[in-house]
Amino acid sequence: MNKAIKGFIGLLVGAARDLTPIILVILFFQLAVLQQPFPNLASIITGLVCVVLGLALFVQGLEMGLFPIGEALAEAMARKGSLIGLLLFAFMLGFGTTVAEPALIAIAAEAAEIAGQAAAIADTAEAKADYASGLRMTVAVSVGASLVLGVFRILKGWPIQYFIIGGYILVVIITGFAPPEIIGIAYDSGGVTTSTITVPLVTALGVGLASTIRGRNPMLDGFGLIAFASLMPMIFVLIYGMVS
Amino acid sequence: MMEFATNLIQVTAGTVLDVLPIVAILFGFQAVVVRKKPANLKRIVIGFVYVLLGLSLFLVGLDEALFPIGKTMATQLTDPAFLGITEGAAVNWRDYMWVYVFAALIGFSTTIAEPSLIAIAIKAQEVSGGALKAVELRIAVAFGVAFGVSIGTYRIVSGTPLEYYIMAGYALVIIQTFFASKTIIPLAYDSGGVTTSTVTVPVVAALGLGLASSIPGRSPLLDGFGLIAFASVFPIVAVLGYDMLTSWLRRRGKQSKEEEITQ
Repeated sequence: MNKAIKGFIGLLVGAARDLTPIILVILFFQLAVLQQPFPNLASIITGLVCVVLGLALFVQGLEMGLFPIGEALAEAMARKGSLIGLLLFAFMLGFGTTVAEPALIAIAAEAAEIAGQAAAIADTAEAKADYASGLRMTVAVSVGASLVLGVFRILKGWPIQYFIIGGYILVVIITGFAPPEIIGIAYDSGGVTTSTITVPLVTALGVGLASTIRGRNPMLDGFGLIAFASLMPMIFVLIYGMVS
Repeated sequence: MMEFATNLIQVTAGTVLDVLPIVAILFGFQAVVVRKKPANLKRIVIGFVYVLLGLSLFLVGLDEALFPIGKTMATQLTDPAFLGITEGAAVNWRDYMWVYVFAALIGFSTTIAEPSLIAIAIKAQEVSGGALKAVELRIAVAFGVAFGVSIGTYRIVSGTPLEYYIMAGYALVIIQTFFASKTIIPLAYDSGGVTTSTVTVPVVAALGLGLASSIPGRSPLLDGFGLIAFASVFPIVAVLGYDMLTSWLRRRGKQSKEEEITQ
């Protein structure tokens, strides 16, 4: 028990260290550049205590819960050799974690607003809601599909760069044909799809698979799932902007 | 204080709702496909509770302490009155120096505190057997975000097309891929996607929106977007660059040692 407490104090110190740069930047700009006093210092301090505590708890929980379950599942499924089960799991994990993602909901609503203004769709609430939910589904399906492709790549041991470079070239080509108002949103949608809970799980899944399958190197084959999940939505959203 | 408590409860409920589908998928597959109770089930459940509680505290704390002031700062820094710009004058990118500096520093510092990057860095250190230090990876990524967001704000000020920058970033990544160590490539590609989540996005998005709405001729809806894209491409460049630098230094170190021996 004593060891656990010591370990947690270590995590708290680490979390405080991780936050120091933000605090310094804010202090510098507030006092030296903008030359303004701090509003409600008390709430800032309570907030910072919460952030430090929260970050330490998160890292502790990561090592206890998210990493082990992700790896254990990957290992068990690789041992069973159930390809369909594994790919279905990958798809559902990608789709399920993305479809309800708050950042995505916000971006989809704004995208519908832009499309309405640009007269790409009818400027009515109904048309916009349709457009937004279509966009959300597109992104969620694309994240699911990208994890399927990514897991398949790990199973086969194909080098990742061919996929990513190929994907980039595809993005560049499609950008030339897509309506200009969708480009910014499409490029941003790649970054917002991977949330804080999805990343550790997906990473553990990849590393777990690569460590279980003989002949795969966890460093070479285990990472890269997140990269697929950030690239594929861009392609799908650009296409969505073209067809709708 | 009451307000704070209700806020915490609300955010925790929201996080639980977010995680519910994930938990359902995980345990569903465990029950239907694997059909075996995972080892250390109790520990795993406690770990999940920690993650939920930690993430909620983290978000509430950010909302309380950092986001309001970060967003206010972003608006103040992009305010023409602060920058000393007369209304209606032509946009000169040099007037926005503080914006670029702020963009770089805030991009760097929020990335260092980004939980998903911490997660992937821990895993990378573990998998590489300690050859790759978690801290070094995070600093490399943070430099990439700093550079990317700073260039991104310059793009909004100058009004140049987003695609050119992103394509230039892609071209760099492709060239670097040929020269970097094989083992770093997948991790570098991953680091582009993890940088932009909980901490970085709100502040950076506020900066983009503030900037786009204060500059005449920029549309907040069109030009405000795209900063996230910068923050996802340039970390890849930075991590690949970091790898190239360290392996070059290692090679040079080896060479000078060999020279000593032959002499």
